[in-house]
Amino acid sequence: MLLIPCPYCGFARPEIEFKHAGEAHLMRPEEPASDEAYAAFLFERDNPRGVTAERWRHAHGCGRFFNLLRDTVSDRILVAYKPGEPKPEVTT
Amino acid sequence: MHFSFLSLLRQAFSGHAGWEPYWRQTLTPKPAYDIVIVGAGGHGLATAYYLASEFGCRNIAVVEKGWLGGGNTARNTTVIRSNYLWQESEAIYEHSLKLWEGLSHALNINVMYSPRGVMMLAHNHHDAVVLKRHVHANRLAGIDNEWLSAEEAKAFCPILNIDPSIRYPVIGASLQRRGGVARHDAVAWGYARAASALGVDIIENCAVTGVRRGGDGAVTGVETAKGFIGAKRVGVVAAGHTSVVMEMAGVRMPLESFPLQALVSEPVKPMMPCVAMSNTIHAYMSQSDKGELVIGAGTDVYTSYSQAGGLQVTQHTLEAICELFPVTRRMKMLRNWGGIVDVTPDRSPIIGKTPVPGLFVNCGWGTGGFKATTGSGHVFAATLAKGEPHPIAAPFSLDRFRTGRLIDEAAAAAVAH
Repeated sequence: MLLIPCPYCGFARPEIEFKHAGEAHLMRPEEPASDEAYAAFLFERDNPRGVTAERWRHAHGCGRFFNLLRDTVSDRILVAYKPGEPKPEVTT
Repeated sequence: MHFSFLSLLRQAFSGHAGWEPYWRQTLTPKPAYDIVIVGAGGHGLATAYYLASEFGCRNIAVVEKGWLGGGNTARNTTVIRSNYLWQESEAIYEHSLKLWEGLSHALNINVMYSPRGVMMLAHNHHDAVVLKRHVHANRLAGIDNEWLSAEEAKAFCPILNIDPSIRYPVIGASLQRRGGVARHDAVAWGYARAASALGVDIIENCAVTGVRRGGDGAVTGVETAKGFIGAKRVGVVAAGHTSVVMEMAGVRMPLESFPLQALVSEPVKPMMPCVAMSNTIHAYMSQSDKGELVIGAGTDVYTSYSQAGGLQVTQHTLEAICELFPVTRRMKMLRNWGGIVDVTPDRSPIIGKTPVPGLFVNCGWGTGGFKATTGSGHVFAATLAKGEPHPIAAPFSLDRFRTGRLIDEAAAAAVAH
């Protein structure tokens, strides 16, 4: 089970308090948008083997969404940050 | 070498010294092949076998980053069924089931296909409605599936607990009698053996590190740990790592890779006569011929390539198993492992062409690919041989995520979601 740091609550809590909410930094295409643009937004994912940026919601805590950088090979969590903040640069 | 009673007898009299390896080990690949298949799991090896046996393509290589059948083929819980909802799915899963029925003879190896029945349990009104809808849809398509009362379910599977006082009581079940299990390793080895005998090169420890494309954008081959291998057509059958391989060709896929866990108990005498699955409380169980109870859990909630999941997921599953089958409560679990499954947004596979000419993909089988090993290999072989999708594969195009013609099998995909 992951120990996830919530940037709002300021401490790490067990994964079962959280809901995973998919890849972070996906932007809805500007209208009018093509079918390809909507397919990319709705369905296509980076799904990297390595560092991924993902959204989590502290469902059984503060209830807020935030972003997390995690290594998908080791499952090690690198950094948590708030929505709207730029994706932090990390070295693994 | 043909396996028969006579060959067994002959070997018995010669001290079993004459058995040959199942397949030729190809340590050095040829500079180029007509078709290169990426991934020597069940689906990749089946593709190679049907290409060689049915579509007359013998100049084929299967490249594998690890060892043959060492990924999800070795990690799954071997459930076989075709009780899916939509016509497109019924076509491919029933095509697979029919091939399973003749597979041991076709490959001349005992894959231990055992149609012992797959029972899906209903615990509430919603479950009953959904499962009955599947029963009716399947019967319209000529696929066997029937509805059982709770008492009939218990008669079919005597260790099932149908006490109405439990937290999620069993109120009925659907049963596909032709569903069952098979021996996963024998399937991979059998396809490898048959393909190798037809001249297919199987190259293990040969990870693909790049996809080379020519000036017109078409595929010209793959870069591997053993050097460049030229190919007119490349078929990617890399399961959980499909996104990684496709990214090398610059294609972003509608896939997410999740850990999926399973576990087996200590071996016991036969007690579980069928496969029983419960979507609502996330557990399913069968018994292997060795006597181990084979138990499958759901996926973890986050994407990962770690081949290990959280223990809370298996605990959740075992709680459900203990409630449904109280006889198992004091049993010990021997092993627990994870595999990486590639899940699509509509829980249906992707089989066919990609935006890159000459590059084909067969992926997105998610949590239930083993049952389709046969049919998936067959229709993908046809697709690779002709360059156009086989009619059964056509609805499962990558393009459906642009056109919106999704094939939503979230309910039939069962326990894992």
